[in-house]
Amino acid sequence: MTEADFDFLRALLHQRSGLSLSQDKRYLAESRLGMLCRRRGIDGLSTLVQALRPGTDLLLENAVIEAMTTNETLFFRDRTPFDLFRDVILPEKLTANAASRTLRIWCAAVSTGQEAYSLAMILDEMAARLVGWKVEILGTDISSEVLEKARAGIYSQFEVQRGLPIQMLLRHFRQDGDKWQVSERIRAMVELKPHNLLLPNSHFGQFDIIFCRNVLIYFDVPTKAKVMAALAQRLTADGVFVLGAAETVIGITTTIVPDKSHRGLYRESRSSNAQSAGLGLPFDRTRTPTLSSVRG
Amino acid sequence: MKYCLVVDDSAVIRKVARRILEGLQFRIAEAEDGARAIDACKGEMPDAVLLDWNMPIMDGYDFLRTLRQMPGGKRPKVVFCTTENDIAHIARAMHAGADEYIMKPFDKEIVASKFHQVGLL
Ligand SMILES: C[S@@+](CC[C@H](N)C(=O)[O-])C[C@H]1O[C@@H](n2cnc3c(N)ncnc32)[C@H](O)[C@@H]1O
Repeated sequence: MTEADFDFLRALLHQRSGLSLSQDKRYLAESRLGMLCRRRGIDGLSTLVQALRPGTDLLLENAVIEAMTTNETLFFRDRTPFDLFRDVILPEKLTANAASRTLRIWCAAVSTGQEAYSLAMILDEMAARLVGWKVEILGTDISSEVLEKARAGIYSQFEVQRGLPIQMLLRHFRQDGDKWQVSERIRAMVELKPHNLLLPNSHFGQFDIIFCRNVLIYFDVPTKAKVMAALAQRLTADGVFVLGAAETVIGITTTIVPDKSHRGLYRESRSSNAQSAGLGLPFDRTRTPTLSSVRG
Repeated sequence: MKYCLVVDDSAVIRKVARRILEGLQFRIAEAEDGARAIDACKGEMPDAVLLDWNMPIMDGYDFLRTLRQMPGGKRPKVVFCTTENDIAHIARAMHAGADEYIMKPFDKEIVASKFHQVGLL
């Protein structure tokens, strides 16, 4: 692939999906897009780039984005966020929303569905406490390919063995040879829709809980900040924001801040559960005072 | 160091399982059928048992039921690891007192995930 073609693809991916592809990912682009070309009968990467340059073939652009995104996910990935969901977030929201009896959850990069179905299985176990409640789980992703798989809810034997307790497999799945399908009941709890995190999101309304895990790691800092600010707008006043295990807001945004008592949970900065500025950041004191703090 | 008994009539599987579990910091003993596994448990009750289903002499299911009757036999975490991959077998094993269930073929990640699941990691 020529330098110019690679630069074109990097710009396209960055602009359309947020994906920030460093120079050393060139081999990865060559191999994944090479595969895409073979599948579609395109005779090489330069022909692919030529077809993309006019910017009119949106389906081909999507195929390139899909080929370059990482969709890896697991049921109950990293476990802790799901324990926090059950033990901290849900009890809090059951009290806070007792009047409206509604609960809205958004998995903002749901991939093949495991994250949303894990939450649905937890909610199903608490069904007795949710009688009369309207609970919504929205799962979105930029890739229609992964959404299709999420909708089918069919997983391989390997996929159902990583992270998913066997009792949950027994309770919530139907076996079909060496494939396992999530039960109709759990699937019906999750609504799946295409959505690009870089695009406006106000039509989705407000959410009590947003999971946005293991997608921002592929973005550069300005894009991460922009997406976090856009998601913060969708949080209810005391909504909870959950990131991936290796992700943070520190040094990226101040619109979403760590929760004051639970590591791994985040809040909109004005929330009463937000950590106050400087807490947990001892090095803050050594920072040069800003104009506003001097005036204040 | 936690102690895990690997029960499988296949020497190859025992070797693979041993390598994975030693990597997860377990001390390992092996048994090639259920009867020998019971003897091993009489000598020293393990923290964990990785258990095949189909074996000569005493199969995994009978081993599990016998183990659970033994003094101290409720304590070990028992993880089935078997090619009996249909839901009926899984339900039967769980009913008999298994803690987790691995469907073969397996890899290190699956073993780690399941052992984590039952609190062994
Ligand atoms: C690694 S998966 C994460 C799945 C799940 N949240 C988890 O933590 O296991 C990342 C997902 O983000 C999606 N994605 C990448 N860029 C996106 C964008 N701009 N808008 C929405 N989804 C995006 C990918 O298609 C992929 O399915």
